[in-house]
Amino acid sequence: MTGPVGPPRRKDPTRRTRLPVTPPGNRSREAHGLAAMAAAGRFALQCCRRCGHVHYPPRQLCERCLDGELEWRDVADGGRVLAETTVRHANDLYFRERLPWKLGLVGSDAGPSIVAHLAEGCERGRRVRLALHLDRAGNAVVAASPERDASRDDPRLREMVFDPRGRRVLVVDGTTGLGRHLVEAFLASGAREVFAGFSRPWNRSPDLAALRGREGVSVYPLDVTDTDAVEKLAALIGDKVEILVNNSSHVRMGGALDRLDFNITRQEMEIHYHGLLRLAGYFGPVMRARGADGPYGAVAWVNMFSAWSLVNNPELGTYSASQAAALSLSHCMRAELAAGGVRVVNVFAGPLDDEWHQLVPPPKLDPATVAARVVRGLERGLEDIAVGAVAEEIAHRLAENPKEIERSIRL
Amino acid sequence: MDSRTGEAGILARLLEGLLSGRIRIVDLTVTLDQRTPTIVLPPELGQTWPFRIEEISRYDRRGPATYWNNFSCGEHTGTHFDAPVHWISGRDLPDNTTDTIPPAKFLATAAVIDCSRDARADPDYLLTVDRVEEWEGIHGPIPPRSWLLMRTDWSLRTDPEAFLNMGDEGANTPGPHPDLIPWLISERDVIGFGSEAVGTDAGQAPHFPIPFPCHHHMHGNNRFGLPGLCNLDQLPPHGTLLITAPLKIRQGSGSPLRALALVEEQADD
Repeated sequence: MTGPVGPPRRKDPTRRTRLPVTPPGNRSREAHGLAAMAAAGRFALQCCRRCGHVHYPPRQLCERCLDGELEWRDVADGGRVLAETTVRHANDLYFRERLPWKLGLVGSDAGPSIVAHLAEGCERGRRVRLALHLDRAGNAVVAASPERDASRDDPRLREMVFDPRGRRVLVVDGTTGLGRHLVEAFLASGAREVFAGFSRPWNRSPDLAALRGREGVSVYPLDVTDTDAVEKLAALIGDKVEILVNNSSHVRMGGALDRLDFNITRQEMEIHYHGLLRLAGYFGPVMRARGADGPYGAVAWVNMFSAWSLVNNPELGTYSASQAAALSLSHCMRAELAAGGVRVVNVFAGPLDDEWHQLVPPPKLDPATVAARVVRGLERGLEDIAVGAVAEEIAHRLAENPKEIERSIRL
Repeated sequence: MDSRTGEAGILARLLEGLLSGRIRIVDLTVTLDQRTPTIVLPPELGQTWPFRIEEISRYDRRGPATYWNNFSCGEHTGTHFDAPVHWISGRDLPDNTTDTIPPAKFLATAAVIDCSRDARADPDYLLTVDRVEEWEGIHGPIPPRSWLLMRTDWSLRTDPEAFLNMGDEGANTPGPHPDLIPWLISERDVIGFGSEAVGTDAGQAPHFPIPFPCHHHMHGNNRFGLPGLCNLDQLPPHGTLLITAPLKIRQGSGSPLRALALVEEQADD
């Protein structure tokens, strides 16, 4: 696995598909702190609150002053390669398939010396940029890439991101502005083909109309409330989908007491929760089986959630609750898809500037912005992507004091 | 059999007619599936559930000897029966729900007027009093307590998009002219109005002076609707007996049903 990956090719049907295996998995409880940072794309390390010492790998006590108060802080991501080595033999199945593999010791600008995966061009003495990534097992690792001119085609880095280039993408709902911009953003990122779903064909959608006939795009009927429809589409294109983006959404006002309507709440659950479940049930197994199907194998399942899936906004109370149900389901899917090295990416977006958020005060998100952020996040290998001021604030306040935000959140 | 005379009774003769083919059964019902179109309303209004189905078991671990399904849908899905309580004009009438309508009303004759050429030329075609009178001049009057069925061949549009035929200003589907319904009630005493489109009213009926006149007047006079029919091309202008029993839903405003027509074949001799 040296040199850049070539262009995607059609599959040789006489060849046994490579079974997915994942890198070694066990990590300490402290080390999972790195996963949280990697998930959000931060380069943050444990720092001692008392003496400021920066640690890697994570530990329970400060190695310098033995204080127990270590906190995660964003640190400088530069460094210099102190030593490099090329692994040519490994007993671990995952690395065995991907040999030779370059590792090195990097003296980080933040302090500690860090054993990191080295991308092409990271020779001894070179300045590098460090990043926390999640490997195919979902565990945090440090990777170093050249400070300048890092290649998107580096096979070792591609293992740690969800690069759409050369891959085939299913955007579940192509009838909305967000759906259309997602398709466009994936094409711009180099996706090989984009499938866009649509439900209720009699609802004439200008966004879907713009996608029809577009080169590299094909549209298919897909109603996530219809088990039969999901099964049929999975039978048709399931073994081609390498990135699936579930952007189906049903936004309605109402809470548990005010404006309660069981027809609406059922529809919310049918679309957000059961819809995701139907997609998981029919597209998940084949995607999991294709996690190692060449350099362009199945890689990521993306869920577009509302930021209110994280904390209930009572004015959209039942909507928020159904989003939370789907969020919980995504964690189940993450565990189940992990066996194939396929990773679940959750996007948390604030309210979109669309017809269902007319009375929501700004800031509201341009669907094009959201789409660009999603694709950029996949290119970087993020697992949790908060888009926009509302989502970022919710994530921040939840970490700070969940009771505070629970009591004060309103539109 | 007549218990006193020993002669074959009416029911026995009916059965004999069915078995011998003298009486033909025409199924006027579309098959329910997940593609069955339902009425399209502005998305902020309450919505009817589409037909959905989930397998319970199919001779598998969930039920080794059994195949069966759960299904869900709105009361007004596919070929269905509109009860008077469906409309606000009929809400206070007696016996106006699916469980209280006298069952005898589920059997009635039908007059079938062929508007298929008109609907092909104009999807917004409206059936007028003049047109019905012209038809009566040829075929004879609509008898009292009979359905009037409007044949448009709209049911041949099996693609849901073509069937609903939504445009920028709503649906473009045929139906009765606003003046026809009051006339059918006062002058012909019909039991109800049936059609092949998604509802008994025309697609543009929300914009009529009295919106949805077929619903408003028919139900306001304790009469019924029978939309979503098919196979009307197999019925004669007169002489059809319709069997249109909805599900007995408590306080039901309607229900999908199996609409059957009995047609007496003309004797060969």
